[in-house]
Amino acid sequence: MGKMSVNLCGITLDNPVIPASGTFGFGYEFAELYDINILGTFSFKGTTLNSRFGNPTPRIAECTAGMINAVGLQNPGVDKVISEELVKLKKCFNKKVMANVSGFSVDEYVETCRLIDACEQVGWLEVNVSCPNVHGGGMSFGTLPESAAEVTRAVKKVTTKPVILKLSPNVTDIVAIAKACEEAGADGISLINTMLGMRIDLKSKKPVIANKMGGFSGPAIFPVAVRMVYQVSSAVKIPVVGMGGVSTAEDVVEMMLAGATAVEVGAANLVNPYACRDIIEDLPRVMEKYRIDSLESIIGGAH
Amino acid sequence: MKQGLFKITKNIPLTDSVYLMVLEGDTSDITVPGQFINIKLDGQFLRRPISVCDVSNKDVTIIYKVVGHGTELMSGYTNETIDVLTGLGNGYDTSLSGDRPVLLGGGVGVPPLYLLAKKLIEEGKKPSVILGFNTKNEIFYEDEFRRLGADVYVTTVDGSYGIKGFVTDALKSIDYTYFYTCGPEPMLKAVHKASTTSGQLSFEERMGCGFGACMGCSCKTLTGYKRICKEGPVMLKEEILWEK
Repeated sequence: MGKMSVNLCGITLDNPVIPASGTFGFGYEFAELYDINILGTFSFKGTTLNSRFGNPTPRIAECTAGMINAVGLQNPGVDKVISEELVKLKKCFNKKVMANVSGFSVDEYVETCRLIDACEQVGWLEVNVSCPNVHGGGMSFGTLPESAAEVTRAVKKVTTKPVILKLSPNVTDIVAIAKACEEAGADGISLINTMLGMRIDLKSKKPVIANKMGGFSGPAIFPVAVRMVYQVSSAVKIPVVGMGGVSTAEDVVEMMLAGATAVEVGAANLVNPYACRDIIEDLPRVMEKYRIDSLESIIGGAH
Repeated sequence: MKQGLFKITKNIPLTDSVYLMVLEGDTSDITVPGQFINIKLDGQFLRRPISVCDVSNKDVTIIYKVVGHGTELMSGYTNETIDVLTGLGNGYDTSLSGDRPVLLGGGVGVPPLYLLAKKLIEEGKKPSVILGFNTKNEIFYEDEFRRLGADVYVTTVDGSYGIKGFVTDALKSIDYTYFYTCGPEPMLKAVHKASTTSGQLSFEERMGCGFGACMGCSCKTLTGYKRICKEGPVMLKEEILWEK
């Protein structure tokens, strides 16, 4: 194990840096810019059973230290993801990838995960029960402990791969939901998805985003994410993947001290396409500065 | 796509709200007219996508309108060095133009047509250019297009200069083999409808990343879902699906 490597649900990552779902496509666009094999892994674009166009545009709004998106899980559907996107990815990424899955019913989650379970390239299933941008699915499964547990149990029956539940911060008690997922058999928890937000244009006096509201991400939400990672990792024994506004190597270290085993980087990729490479290259300097011998040793260090 | 640092060597107003900026740096990834660059501004989270008006081996010229906070900040820049992504978007395909293409630009849709006109003339074609504005004091780049050797027509909605009306009014009297256009969506729609040949239209949308990662600027076309920033901003007339 190297100084930066961590073990996420039984699979060793060379480093804890993982581009977050929805900010890295299926990887190959970024592979034109740098060798994406330097990443710990990455979480591919949220995949559903059927293809989705998503929400009308505008889908994006600028915010102070962040942005709002209301893409709405645009993706080509699980069959095409497996037959086209993963095939293209294989040519530029030789590590295990994290599959991000979403659904509108328990059956949809199950069927999508069952199909992805057969993909040798996939190391983990990150089950998104927290998308704020779709109606009648997504986040609604992640706002109640019972329904999050139900999705977890159902998915666990159809896959042998580690199942990581991605949780929403838009709830009253994220700890209760995380514990319910753990009890239902989840192998890990990732958090936080975006926070529900909104902007209004002063000229038109209407919401900037066509869907009115969307998911707020970026450096502005980092303190909220650190707090929730700290709370959840205190309450569960399974690994926690921390995310929310992470933009620097210092942020990665802070997130790990809060209790994250690995760290996802989201919005930063959209502003700086080299963000994850830059963070990985900067980690040794930050480790030396703060006298950290191995990243694995600092997980939960602030507790 | 390339990321690079560019030094601002010029940033001057052309009209009350339209500015011309010249940025010095590595322009090697700007290869086709109709592409755009994405600019990082201090204090703004998302970059600002602006179409390329002209390019040389050492600098790139953009023309932008102050419409919001980001462009207002840009207008105050003088000689700063800024972080820019270059070589974004598909750009116009000049191989389909025929001998006498017509170029129709509306407002800040005019700038990308400048590099396009230059390229078409270099290829030995004889483009006509129709520049549409609301009123006389909003007009820019008429002389620059004339200097390239293009036939230039200017329209104003209020009739204060040139032909009174819209770019489509000027189009009626022109004999053309193909069209290229960029401008506000109602104008694109009108050109799409009025045109009697095939052509290419350049679209605008609020973007997240500008390089195909976030799906923030997707649109539906007759040939599937496309990202304005990646498979666009230029679309073929035949594939466009008007939704709004």
